[in-house]
Amino acid sequence: MIKVILARIKQGYRTSAFPKEEPVLAERFRGLPVLREGMLPEESEERAIACPTGAIGKGPGGASIDLGKCLFCGGCAASPGGAVNFTKDYRLAALSREDLICRPGEAYKLAESAGKEIKRTFGRSLKLRQVSAGGCNACEADLNVLNTLAFDLGRFGIQFVASPRHADGLLVTGPVTRNMRLALKKTYDAMPSPKVVIASGTCAISGGPYIGHEEVIGGVDKELPVDIYIPGCPPHPYTVLDGLLRFLGRR
Amino acid sequence: MTRPLLQTGNARAASLKDVPLYDIGTFRETVLENDREGGRIVSFFGCVPEGEGQVRLFAVLSRHREGVFFILSSDVKGSYRSLTPDCPQAHLFEREIYEEWGIVPEGHPWLKPVRFAPRRRKDGPEIEAGIMDFFRMKGEEAHEVAVGPVHAGVIEPGHFRFQCHGEDVFNLEISLGYQHRGVERAMVEYPGKRRIHYAETLAGDTTIGHATAYCHAVEGLSGCNVPARAQALRGVMLELERLANHAGDLGALSGDVAYLPTSSYCGRIRGDILNITALVCGSRFGRGMLTCGGVRFDVDDVMRQELLERLDRVMSDLKCAADLLWETPSVVDRFEGTGVVDKKMCEELGLVGPAARACGIPRDVRSDLPSGIYRFSQIPVFTCESGDVFARAYVRWMETQKSADFIKEQTEGLPSGAVIAGEGTRLLPGSIVVSAVEGWRGEICHVAMTGVDGELARYKVVDPSFHNWMGLAVAMRGGEISDFPLCNKSFNLSYCGHDL
Ligand code: SF4
Repeated sequence: MIKVILARIKQGYRTSAFPKEEPVLAERFRGLPVLREGMLPEESEERAIACPTGAIGKGPGGASIDLGKCLFCGGCAASPGGAVNFTKDYRLAALSREDLICRPGEAYKLAESAGKEIKRTFGRSLKLRQVSAGGCNACEADLNVLNTLAFDLGRFGIQFVASPRHADGLLVTGPVTRNMRLALKKTYDAMPSPKVVIASGTCAISGGPYIGHEEVIGGVDKELPVDIYIPGCPPHPYTVLDGLLRFLGRR
Repeated sequence: MTRPLLQTGNARAASLKDVPLYDIGTFRETVLENDREGGRIVSFFGCVPEGEGQVRLFAVLSRHREGVFFILSSDVKGSYRSLTPDCPQAHLFEREIYEEWGIVPEGHPWLKPVRFAPRRRKDGPEIEAGIMDFFRMKGEEAHEVAVGPVHAGVIEPGHFRFQCHGEDVFNLEISLGYQHRGVERAMVEYPGKRRIHYAETLAGDTTIGHATAYCHAVEGLSGCNVPARAQALRGVMLELERLANHAGDLGALSGDVAYLPTSSYCGRIRGDILNITALVCGSRFGRGMLTCGGVRFDVDDVMRQELLERLDRVMSDLKCAADLLWETPSVVDRFEGTGVVDKKMCEELGLVGPAARACGIPRDVRSDLPSGIYRFSQIPVFTCESGDVFARAYVRWMETQKSADFIKEQTEGLPSGAVIAGEGTRLLPGSIVVSAVEGWRGEICHVAMTGVDGELARYKVVDPSFHNWMGLAVAMRGGEISDFPLCNKSFNLSYCGHDL
């Protein structure tokens, strides 16, 4: 017993002060990209061709990046010219698919509170059922991290529950494989209303690296109405946490 | 072995023409002979049909302490006599070949779907996910427990079917495939720029392991020389991945026996280790670190110092947390004698990684068939004899220490020079390469083949979980159903790595 107590003292108090304090992320962390205004057509063209998922599009102001498709691989920032830069800003969640498009010279449209009704109903207690619908398990791994004492998700009144019957929200990861389509649908149907759907990770938003595969549906919103999108491959735990709190109108 | 086979080193390309082509009888006898002499099937798969209705089978074999892979092939049409009754480690490979190509291994005792994948040759019936005949036990008091694909937690999908009598499990059947997203096919059919990302997401918690196997395969096929500094950095990242996952597993095992101190410390410690990975490459899972020809991120002196300091702190925390486990009788009591797989069974099923080392088998790619940095720097292999949850936990703990020593040694003595090769990675035509890496779950094997045009023609992946899922099923036999979470965690296998 004495050893347990000594260990407790050694390990210390390690829960982060988030959201009061901003988290310290790795210097090389790739968060919100910034595109240079007036990018030359050849600069954007070259990047669009090299991008693995077709996340880079052309627009009136030069190139744009669809964060719903982006793997945050940094390939486009590595090409010379400095036309794209990944900042350390981990806040990426958005309320609509259109808001995930990052354009030069425009502020990124972060998720806001989903409204009074959501805040009143779920603001102090949000129970989530998670369904992994394909993908690589990195999203799931970094969701599980939210339950560790470093993040302590429970202190926000948010909790992952075992049964869809107990859930207010469905948090989906993965591109929705054909083989998981039915199970996903059944889980959604088993949840009482009102309910929200969260698409977490690039796969869940667009199919990610598997865009176009016949084995996947390619995004949750092809099957269910999605209320909030959280980009990243996988999203950083703080990106998810920030997204959830924003949605509830608590940030 | 009596017949000539193609012998090739780990990640060394060979000409496809040199792979001997035997009739199926001789092929079968050769694989069985290897099995009888204690060898393993590393990979076994079908390939681009040669002519109407024909499929070419390739087998990649290995033998303890022989330092090379043995490759042979055979053409089959329709069906052939199954290897599984005489050589159980072939069971899932043969099911896979049946599912992919419709080639029937006659006499296979358990010919069921593997991942409910669409056939490569569109002449068979479409299979519906999860619909199959499960093994059933009859009896007045026998009952069945079905779990999944959606589980009570943040976990990947899979279906488990238990046949029980009271609390006792007589049989567990595992049915997967829910994560199938067609990566092997896409490796060949989709634009090459996606390949590294496919490799990184074969199993997301093994990003570095699979990306290393992929890069080694391409580098082998293109004769590219990876600079020494890049090789060392790849090794550092691979061991960090092992360290993070093993630490996480120790915590999870502890949580499953309701011993909360270690479980809460290790959950956080795992995160601290992931953050060391992010320090180097910006991603907690090592995304973006590897590229064919080297690595994309270098480590300067300041970062090196920071890495070493953080590692020291983490290891001291981990030691403190893990020691609590071994010193707590209630934990040790729950770990010992639970989920036993004996050595003979382990050999027969061809288990790999910590699960095999926990049965007393010193199987480890890093020392058996080293590639990359492991050709110059060895890591001691640690084994346990008891084959139970305790052994699988203790092997992990010992390995974390060896990994930490290795990371330290490599980081302190990083060779100078570039981190990426100058030359390109054009693939040799008509070649084959077998690339194996010891991931944290065990042997990862990628086999790549090129056509006459120098383009990839076939890409075959074997994740360690592919070998080991059957190990979990066997470990549950005769156990109590309430031990399932603990046994499951002690293997901690990948669904997506299996389903591809
Ligand atoms: S960082 Fe995103 S946009 Fe840039 S190349 Fe990678 S996937 Fe494409």
